[in-house]
Order: sequence, then C-alpha cells, then structure tokens
Amino acid sequence: MLGHLSTPELSSLLALSPSIDQIGTQERIARIQARSIKGAAKIQGLRMALSMIDLTTLEGKDTPAKVRQLCFKAQHLHDQAADLPTVAAVCVYPTMVGVAKKALGNSGIKVASVSTAFPSGQAPFEVKKLDTLYALDNGADEIDMVVSRGRFLSGDYQFVYDEIAAIKELCSTARLKVIFETGELDSLDQVRKISDLSIAAGADFIKTSTGKIQPAATFPVVLTMLGAIKDHFDKTGQMIGMKPAGGISSSKLALQHLLMVKEVLGEAWLSNEWYRFGASSLANDLLMQYQKQLTGKYQSAAYFSID
Amino acid sequence: MMSQTNWNLEPSMESAAQIQLQAQYELFIDGKWQAPLSNTYYDNVNPADESHLARIAWSNAADVDLAVRAARSAYENVWSKLSGAERGKYLFRIARLMQEKAKELAILETLDGGKPIRESRDIDIPLACNHFFYYAGWADKLQEAFPGQQVAALGVAGQITPWNFPLLMLAWKVAPALACGNTVVLKPAETTSLTALKFAEICQEAGLPAGVVNIVTGYGDSGAALVAHPDVNKIAFTGSTAVGKQIQKACIATNKKLTLELGGKSANIILEDAPIDQAVEGVINSIFFNQGHVCCAGSRLFVQESIAERVLEKLKFRLQSIYVGNPLDKNTDIGAINSKKQLETIERYIQLGLEEGAEIYQPTCELPSAGYYCKPTLFTDVAQSARIVQEEIFGPVLTIQTFRTMEEVVQKANNTPYGLAAGVWTDKGARIFGLSQQLKAGVIWANTYNKFDPASPFGGYKESGFGREGGLHGLRAYLKFPN
Repeated sequence: MLGHLSTPELSSLLALSPSIDQIGTQERIARIQARSIKGAAKIQGLRMALSMIDLTTLEGKDTPAKVRQLCFKAQHLHDQAADLPTVAAVCVYPTMVGVAKKALGNSGIKVASVSTAFPSGQAPFEVKKLDTLYALDNGADEIDMVVSRGRFLSGDYQFVYDEIAAIKELCSTARLKVIFETGELDSLDQVRKISDLSIAAGADFIKTSTGKIQPAATFPVVLTMLGAIKDHFDKTGQMIGMKPAGGISSSKLALQHLLMVKEVLGEAWLSNEWYRFGASSLANDLLMQYQKQLTGKYQSAAYFSID
Repeated sequence: MMSQTNWNLEPSMESAAQIQLQAQYELFIDGKWQAPLSNTYYDNVNPADESHLARIAWSNAADVDLAVRAARSAYENVWSKLSGAERGKYLFRIARLMQEKAKELAILETLDGGKPIRESRDIDIPLACNHFFYYAGWADKLQEAFPGQQVAALGVAGQITPWNFPLLMLAWKVAPALACGNTVVLKPAETTSLTALKFAEICQEAGLPAGVVNIVTGYGDSGAALVAHPDVNKIAFTGSTAVGKQIQKACIATNKKLTLELGGKSANIILEDAPIDQAVEGVINSIFFNQGHVCCAGSRLFVQESIAERVLEKLKFRLQSIYVGNPLDKNTDIGAINSKKQLETIERYIQLGLEEGAEIYQPTCELPSAGYYCKPTLFTDVAQSARIVQEEIFGPVLTIQTFRTMEEVVQKANNTPYGLAAGVWTDKGARIFGLSQQLKAGVIWANTYNKFDPASPFGGYKESGFGREGGLHGLRAYLKFPN
C-alpha cells in the first residue's frame, strides 16, 4: 500500500483541521431551515433531488429480481408524469453489480457498489481489496467504501489514510465514495478530521453513513463535511462530491440539504456529478410532492410504485 | 448526468392582509383613546416601499401632562394598592395575549420598522412575550429578590423607546416597571409606534386598570416634555448617546431616577484558534442582524493576523447568500433601513469610509427600487483613528482590523468612548475568561453574538449608558431602596 503522505505530513495536515463548534453549526443550519422554498424553485429542487438519488438496496435478502426491479424504477421513476429525470445511480452489494449493470444497459445510470466489507469494514485489507476488485470487474462505475472507524478512533490515521489511498488506486476511472459512518464518530471535530483525511487520500466523494447505523446524515454532520469540501476547493481548486445517506426520507429535508449545498458550496455542486442522496424511500416522497406541485392535489401513496 | 443550473428561491411573502391598520391613531391616556390636545398628527410610512401606513398623533407638553396625571392617579388610587400577586396576574395575562397575537405583532413590527419577518417572528416578539412572563414571576417575589431590604415602587415611570426593537424595548421597560408596582407613560419612537399602540389595545383587553400604562406618540419634543415633567419619578431611555446626554442634563438637580441604554461600537474578536466557519457566521449575526440597527452590534471586527485573509475570504463568500429585500419576504435576511434619515446617515458614513481610504466590499445583489435599502458592507484597511471605526453607524457596515497580540487587541477594543458589548471567538476557555476580564463592556459573548434572554441583565459602560435592564438587575431600576 502506498500513501502519498508520510506520517509527519499527515499529522501536520490534520493539525490544520479547524475545530467545529456544535452550537454555531446548529445556528447556521437553523438559518437555512428557516428559508421558504416554494413555487418554481420547489419544482426545480424536487427534480434536482430526484436526479441526485443513488437508489439503494443493501439487504441480505436482496435477489437478482429485486435488483432488476430497482433498476427499472431507476429509469422509470413515475411514467405517469412526463419528462422526469432518472436517478443518478443504483447502489448495490458487489454480488449484484453484474445484474444491475445488465439491467441498466446504456441508460446512463451509474452502478455503485458498496465495498471493503460494507457495512462494518471489519475485514483484513486483502479481503477488502478482493471485494473492491470483484465489484470493479463486474462493471461498477462507483465504489462506496467504508473506512476503518476503529482505527480512526484509536488514532491510527496513517492506517485509514493508506487504506483509502490503496482502494483509490484500484479504482482507476471508477469514482470513489468514502463512507465515514458518522454515527460511530464522537464529535463534529472528528467528522471534520476524517473528511480532511479522506479528501487527502483521494476520495472523489465523501459520504456520511452506511444507512445501517443511526444517527446518519444529520444536518450538523453534513454541514461539517461541506465545510471541509469548501476549504479544500478554496485551497486547491479541486471539487469533491458529497453524499449524505441515511435519514433523509422526506422532500422537505432533501430540499433543505440542497439549499445548504447552494449556500455553503455554491451552485456548481448542484448536479449529480457532485451531489448524491443515498436513499431508498426518498424517491417516492419527492415524486408525491412533485405531483402535488403540478396538479395541486396529493395522491395516495398507493399510486407510487414501491420498488 | 445533469449539468448544474441556477437555482434561485422565489419570494415567499408573509401576507399583511390580516392586519387592519386604523387610518389615524390617537393617544392612549387613562385607558382611553384621546385625540391630542396639540391637534397635530404625523404621517407614518412603511420603509420597505415608502407607502403611507397611518396618521399618528403628535403629543405636546399638555398631552404628556394629561398622561402623567393619569399615571399618577392610577398609581395612587389603584396600582400601588394591589398586591404583587395581583400585579403579576395582569402581567401574565398581557404576556399570554401578546403570544396569542404574536403573528399580528410580528407583521406589524415588520411593516412599521422594516425588519425581516423572520426576525420579528422568531426573535423580537417571542422575546418580548418572554420578558412579560419573566417579570410577571417577580411581581410577588420582590422581598425574596432583595432579602432584608424593604423595597418600594418609585411611582410614575417615563419611558422612551427606540425604533430598532420597538415592542421588545417596550417589554424591557414596561414589564419590570409594572412588576415593581410603578405606572408608566411610554413614548415610542416616531417611526415605529404601531406595536406600542397595539400593546395599548392588549392592555385594554387584559383589563389593566386605566392609567397604569399610557402611550404618548410623537417626536423628540414629546419625549423632552416627558423628561421635563416634574411629576415623573423615573426616566428610562434607550437611544442615541447624543439624546441620552441631553436627558441626563435635563435630569440634573431633580429627584428623577435615570437609566440610559445608549449607543455602542462593539468589538468582535476572532482568535486564530477559533472555530472559523462558526465565527464567520457569528460575524454575520453580529453586524447584519436587524440591518445593523442594534446598539450592541459587533461593528468592529478584530481578526488575528494568521487567519485574517481566510476569514475575509469566507465572509465575502457568505455575503453572496444574504438576501436583501422586502422584509415581509420570509427569505429576507436584511430588510429595509428604518427611515430615510437613517439611510442617509449610513450612506454618509460609507462615503466617509471611502474618503478615509478604506477598502470597501459589497456583494452584487439587486436592491428594490422603492424603499430604503443598503447593501451589507465590509471595510478593510481601516485605521483605529478613522471615523468609521470610532463612530456608531447603526447600519449594516462592518470595519475589519487585524491584530497580532492579545495586549494589542484589548487596547484597541477598549479604545472607544463606548462600552456596551463584545464578542470573543476562540476554542480555549482560558482565553475567553482572560479576554472578558479585560474588555470594558457590559455584555461579552463567547463563541456567539447577539443572544438575549429575559433573565440576563443588559447595559453598558462609559458612554453606552448606565443601569441594567433584564434579570434581577432590571428590577433595581424600578425600585426605591432604603438607605
């Protein structure tokens, strides 16, 4: 494994991570949540959110048939409504990558595979490497890896850094999303530190959670990660993507997250190239609100497919 | 992959349709609406679009005299005879009625004064209600508040409130005065009388005995008449230092008790170890809250040298997502400047800053064509001796200086005739305590700014005034202590 930064270099990088004040962070969020997103801006926001979804199924009981159904839904969110975008990607376990790749064909929708012994990351590096290579060999466009939280919490930053850098090297053209599992971290200071570490190690996206642990993509955590992305961009000019996952199940929350991206990072991040929602149930709520905006009426949940 | 597009929020207007303004407002004296003996009225405009809102009575000395007589009579015959618990009941009733009418009061405050509806809805009105609840609780506990001292009410309190937080400042003054057993003659600021007049209706609805609260609207001459009235026992004033000095002169050699809450040029200090993003947000809250019309606004920013460039860069970026516009829009961050006169003052200072050679930054945002608006403004490259650094501007204008050592920043922060508030941003607790011991300011916030609570006293040093409002300290200003 070859990291680009030596231990002293990594230490001095992490020493620069600013401290994060919890109360001030919540105040900033409150300002964003007080905003009113209505009319055409709401319609545009809902469409944008739909296009940013990584439609996800990560169950032990997943079957090829279920994955194929999910892939159909990814391409046909709600054909009763004209001119809807598709989602950005379908996110599955490595064993389902081949199925998804075939089902999505040339739709332009990406296949993202979780990897590195998702969700716990409790496996030797050789296993994580094989896990990742398997997904890539089956055609994964994106790799959602988990970090070794235990090593991070114990202060072994070099280990975490090297692991991410090594997986990044395997990815070649596939984009790498690094999952922190923020519900297992203790403070926003740590969220900031692991963000800086992962970005330095080569993450293309940073991602809050696996969806298996609560709390997941809370506003303070996401804002802290956006802050790291912003500082990195200001320093280097390089854009890093953001993927909150877990806990964002309503349109209202999704729109507030988008507004936070707009205010903290700028509109350049408002595309699915740089922003994703990891979600399974969000899509239907977005569709329901979208139909409400267009028709003025709420439709029953029974009108929206549950794939 | 979808490409990036512009995503702009649409205006989301709070409806003013539910507000029924009267064409003309009279004076509220002795529990009744009375036409002014002066027979004079003035026009009240909405600073957001310069539209006419109402005609308001302009009281003269004879009107003020009537109001003071009513307050004296209510004090002698009714209010001083009630137990603290009974007074408390009225205050609780007023607080609840204010809560019930919170939305109406918030819209009125925004129409009349230009502040964003978000602030009047989420900050001004809830805090004003809380002040009444808080002091209602003290009304029957004055002996416990000052154990071993036989405290007594003063009598008639003359109160003059400013235009920046009209109802909130009314609450700061009226609630403790009534809780302590005084009666009140209140002169609200001429540009923002509507919520005070609404408050008079609330007093009626609460069944408050006639004459306990009297409201005499008008300009500075009405206030001067109140200050000069021989039968007033106490003057409480919040406003400019210049007027405060006149009031203090007028009270010399009288028996009037006086509290003054005046101007400020408060220092907000960011140390290099501060949580930088939250500190930047704190700067936004400290200087652009209420268009900068805040006596304790952190209008002088001091940033430690090593992070100064980064803080400035972040501040400029943050300003791009500040919405300046119609205060009734729920998305507005900075509303209308309170009056044409104040806008001219601010513009004069911005011009002065340019003449003094300071570097200016304003975001590119469109301002509404009608109404009084000012862009949020940063001045860098300023000297401690520059007038924009020394004088209170009372608008959305921030001066930014850098510093190297603690000693230097303490000296500079204290180098002002004012001493109202200060802010300290650092990750180190020891530095918070070290600095706050040395800064000469009545209120010092650590890692936050512009936070208010009824239980917390507020007031200044030096030319920022004397006396404390809020908390247990706020009771002292309305009580006689045995010597």
